[in-house]
Amino acid sequence: MVVMMATINKNAQQILAPIISNKRVGQYHQIILNIGDMAAHCKPGNFVAIKVGGAQSAMVLRRAFAISRVSMSATLGGTMELIVAPYGQGSSWLCALPEGAVIDLVAPLGTAFGIPTEPVHVLLVGGGYGSAPLFGLAELLNARGCRVDMILGASTAAKIYAPMEGKRAVNSMRIVTEDGSTGTQGRVTDLIPALVADLDIAVVYSCGPMAMLAAITKITDDLDVVHQASVEESMACGIGICMTCVLPVKTDDGSTSMLRSCIDGPVMDGSKVQWDLVGKTL
Amino acid sequence: MSSIDFSTTIGNAWFPAPTFTASGCASSGRELAQFFPLREMGGVVTKSVMSKPRNGRATPRMAETPSGMLNSIGLQGPGIDSFIANDVPYLVEQKARIIVSIAGETIEEYSTLARKLRSVSGISAIEVNISCPNVENRGLVFACDPDASRRVIDGVRKTIGGELAIIVKLSPDVTDLVSIARGVVDAGADGLALINTVLGMVINVDTMRPQLGGKTGGLSGPAIRPIAIRAVYQVHAALPNTPILGMGGIASGKDALEMILAGASGVSIGTASFGNPTAIMSIQSELKEMLINRGFTSLKQAVGFAHRVEATNNE
Repeated sequence: MVVMMATINKNAQQILAPIISNKRVGQYHQIILNIGDMAAHCKPGNFVAIKVGGAQSAMVLRRAFAISRVSMSATLGGTMELIVAPYGQGSSWLCALPEGAVIDLVAPLGTAFGIPTEPVHVLLVGGGYGSAPLFGLAELLNARGCRVDMILGASTAAKIYAPMEGKRAVNSMRIVTEDGSTGTQGRVTDLIPALVADLDIAVVYSCGPMAMLAAITKITDDLDVVHQASVEESMACGIGICMTCVLPVKTDDGSTSMLRSCIDGPVMDGSKVQWDLVGKTL
Repeated sequence: MSSIDFSTTIGNAWFPAPTFTASGCASSGRELAQFFPLREMGGVVTKSVMSKPRNGRATPRMAETPSGMLNSIGLQGPGIDSFIANDVPYLVEQKARIIVSIAGETIEEYSTLARKLRSVSGISAIEVNISCPNVENRGLVFACDPDASRRVIDGVRKTIGGELAIIVKLSPDVTDLVSIARGVVDAGADGLALINTVLGMVINVDTMRPQLGGKTGGLSGPAIRPIAIRAVYQVHAALPNTPILGMGGIASGKDALEMILAGASGVSIGTASFGNPTAIMSIQSELKEMLINRGFTSLKQAVGFAHRVEATNNE
């Protein structure tokens, strides 16, 4: 029912893209880039690798960000939206760039979320700003006739990313925070079993911290539901040549392989990722 | 634009350009082929392959450092049989020149790998990566042990005969690099690859433990370039007739020229490709232009040019 995920970066290109707008949204920055025709090739789940720090920078590696959404407009052409948390040196540099600045990016990279061929019910689960790529996904799923429900979780209210316009494609949105500062107090996983049963969910899509993805898999493994998880592991190149971003994944022959989260991911079949073995030597 | 003979040779292997991937920084070539045709560079040096498939080290496997990065992969790879069946034919089809990098845990494993590669067509040279722990000698890295280094190369040379050029990749983490270089050349190496990564460590101050799963990692990137230039300069001074593939933080045509002037006959680009998938192509064209601007009509004229002795009036 779920179509095969693409596994190669056959549409990846390196381009210089001007920043159209850069706005602070709560704890995050919403950055819109003019990417021209590249927009036609970007799918929900794909990511972008951005050069940071300028020409004389001591930061030699690109930074990977999930593509939040792309759109085509008559006035601006193709645009790409990123939601960036200015936590590290590279992301802080990016968030401080003015409109009109030009950045060097490589995209679209990695696998995309698989889209069901039938109009089934789906549940989207986002942790922190991991929710960003889920809104573009929700629009696509909605357009394909799927009923889309969403759970967003974070440690505290300020870390929830839920733009007003994002709710249009969503049937219902539940918010969960660990400190109870907004929504229900608790974790996203508290709500999943009942929602999957009540709403007759066929596919769970998740994006957020690895511990959350692992906890969701524990639940979905016992349910008759597909779990597509967008993973993150520290990454040097983003294009499959450095072998640093690997995760233990069960392959078709039953053995476990260290697969690259940049090429075989970031969207992976949650039930195949050996979450207990992440960070261990096989 | 004036022309230049940009070609280079290592042993009996000829390459139309002096620019290569660095082993372990291009996987087996497919991923970079998305960004430029592999045949347009001098050659692809593949990720070091071992006898058997290997999963490598635990994550995290990388940490960015000032002007560089640490990596700790642990030679993850498909093993030689799968490599010969899948990766070599792809590179041949792309018309790439191929240098296959091999790594072993015993002297015998290196010879076994060489034997399997001997009859494979389409390979220009073999890079012998001896920066691996020797399981037969308390895990002491071959490249840090002059005697073990020599014995590895002696075994590979005897197995392979004179058909394929042998390039030995050396570690900079030694007291006397020149004596190790001389030892492997005496044992039959046609060329040397300098330098492998420099052993390093980063400690995460939040977890208060080493950042990498494998604890230590190899430092690469522009941070190590002066070490690499020094190493190539010293080895070229001692062994002027041995071709050197120079590497260590080359990120621009200027960096590549520095390496050539120090004595390298070719350059490998590694970490720069992580930050820029088309780095090799721009380094190649910048290097060519800089050589032409300095009046060189061949790359070979520039190799080791920093060592020249100027005639003085007193002579």
